[in-house]
Amino acid sequence: MNRFMLSAAALALAASSQAGAQGKEPLRIGALLAVTGPASFLGAPEARTLEMLVEDLNAKGGVDGRRVELVLKDTGGNPEKAISFAKQLIEEDRVFAIIGPATSGETIAVKPIAEEAKTILLSCAAAEVIVNPVLAHVFKVAPKDSYAAEMIFRRMQKMGVKRIGMLSSNTGFGKAGKEQVEKLAPAHGIEIAVSEVYDKAATDLTAEVTKLKAASVQAILNWSIEPAQAIVIKNARQIGLAVPIFQSHGFANIQYAKAAGAAAEGVMFPASRVVVADALAATDRQKPVVTAYKKAYEARYKEDVSTFGGHAWDALGILVRAVKEAGLEREKVRSAIENMKGFVGTAGVFDFTPADHNGLAIDAFEMLTVRDGKFVVLGP
Amino acid sequence: MSTELVLQYLVAGLTYGTIYAVVGVGFNIIYNATGIINFAQGEFVMLGGMTAVTLHGLVPLPLAIAGAVLVTMAVGALIEVTFIRWLQRPSVLRMIIITIGISIMIREAALLLWGESVRALPYFTGNEVSSLSLGGVHVSPQVLWSLAACLVIVAFLRVFFRHTAAGRQMRACAANRDAAALCGVPTRNLVTLSFVLSAGIGALAGCVVSPITYTSYGIGAGLAIKGFTVAILGGLGNSTAAVAAGFIVGVLESLSVSLLPAAYKDAISVTILLAILFVRPSGIFGSAEVARLEAR
Repeated sequence: MNRFMLSAAALALAASSQAGAQGKEPLRIGALLAVTGPASFLGAPEARTLEMLVEDLNAKGGVDGRRVELVLKDTGGNPEKAISFAKQLIEEDRVFAIIGPATSGETIAVKPIAEEAKTILLSCAAAEVIVNPVLAHVFKVAPKDSYAAEMIFRRMQKMGVKRIGMLSSNTGFGKAGKEQVEKLAPAHGIEIAVSEVYDKAATDLTAEVTKLKAASVQAILNWSIEPAQAIVIKNARQIGLAVPIFQSHGFANIQYAKAAGAAAEGVMFPASRVVVADALAATDRQKPVVTAYKKAYEARYKEDVSTFGGHAWDALGILVRAVKEAGLEREKVRSAIENMKGFVGTAGVFDFTPADHNGLAIDAFEMLTVRDGKFVVLGP
Repeated sequence: MSTELVLQYLVAGLTYGTIYAVVGVGFNIIYNATGIINFAQGEFVMLGGMTAVTLHGLVPLPLAIAGAVLVTMAVGALIEVTFIRWLQRPSVLRMIIITIGISIMIREAALLLWGESVRALPYFTGNEVSSLSLGGVHVSPQVLWSLAACLVIVAFLRVFFRHTAAGRQMRACAANRDAAALCGVPTRNLVTLSFVLSAGIGALAGCVVSPITYTSYGIGAGLAIKGFTVAILGGLGNSTAAVAAGFIVGVLESLSVSLLPAAYKDAISVTILLAILFVRPSGIFGSAEVARLEAR
């Protein structure tokens, strides 16, 4: 129990009395997000984004004349909790669709449940395996990890890096990323000299980076979403390992760069454009969407926008557009999402097909780096 | 492997060991006074770090740390007076459940107060990338600060428990509470004092390790597990032993990374713990006789 669930409950109460007045059943949307725990970097901005958007939607009369009711469950990033909350959302709350989970491990645990109950699941997590193979009711709005790996390898090739050390955390995100990196590296002529997995709650990684130093790697690639990704770059610099450091798209929250301070300078990582909204060209298709979201979020919550909150923006946006197009029959909405083209979101422009339940292309990513404590565009 | 690398692994082990030890010593004080393990010790560490980060927005670093230690000591006193002082002869099991409950309560309160974001104090000397280089081996100055804090705490506790009246009374209180009370030892006040002291030491640990490990509302449990491990391994109640055990575990973990996949690091430290406890149930430095007497 926490303030998010309480506020969601209060919202639900307000919504039900309103719906009674309007005579229409509310549109009930479930959210399974790691609002607390080690993955709260992802889930908390996602939950805040959903609360903000639902309030805005209802202020404008809801969707299709119905109030939107958000049923938010804090999974703490725990797959077992995600499973029981998913069952609760489907069986007790009878939600129309579920947004989340925020992490890959939880999504992998929850997706068979959503599929079996024919409930639309819009995951905010990265792992490729969420939508490959495709399940009819499972979608994901975060860009694929294989694209992230591809972007990183292109940059490495350009820099002449041939021998890297890989670090990843023991989470669904870390494991899935490690698999993609190991699969794609040979095709780019890159050798993974050492690959180490660390605990998601790791507090110091000096021994791990020493092992990379011993293997004389030309670059470090770290794949995780926890504070450990800020710790690892500090430790590498502290032991005098001066090679370029690459991070996954999990680094795209400015808090990590701030936490690592001087050590974060020059770290390269792929991310969607929302974190560099102000630096985008005026002609960029995403510019109006990402600047509007950034402005609204930062004004309301007094914290920097992250790509993760953007995933919740995209998930709800896609769902609302599909409901507006197809009405309230679940199968029709599902098919509307599957065939949706040109949805301009924060992560990129989504073009779904029945075979591609992610809808994003590799151009959803931009290579970024940290300069003077800020994210800037590095270019391909 | 070159000598330089071996030394670098040892330094990594020293870093781990310092973190474990500085958290681990906090467990010993309440144990020395009451014979129980305080499962909220990790939360004292978290509270110290978080309070110092908040205070550091207003006052200079040394004041922020002093303030955080005092605030956490006050919290320790409040908790003891509210939840434990009025209990008549609580059983060990009851005390364990109470301290676990307190740890959950502090954690949730911290979540409400500070939110879920991760914070850190600045490095006491230098910054995130600075390190001291000793013949090709690098060590972050913060590790030395933590090590120094650890040694100061141990020295303080040694003097306190052996050479002050309050410290000796506290030990008497743990050995036999009734006998101590009959001799005029104010047992209840001493238990309160033990909570205050261990909260203060936990808070200081939380401050010195926060630049290395970061701090957030939920970090207590993770730190406490390793701290608890080394406290047990060294032999409960003995702070010097806890520090030595911290370094043993830290160095073994670090060296294990050099030979085996890092994923086995924690498994290795738990295996060592089990192996040692099979042979020496009262810890490496603990006396079997004392353990038998206390288990009577």
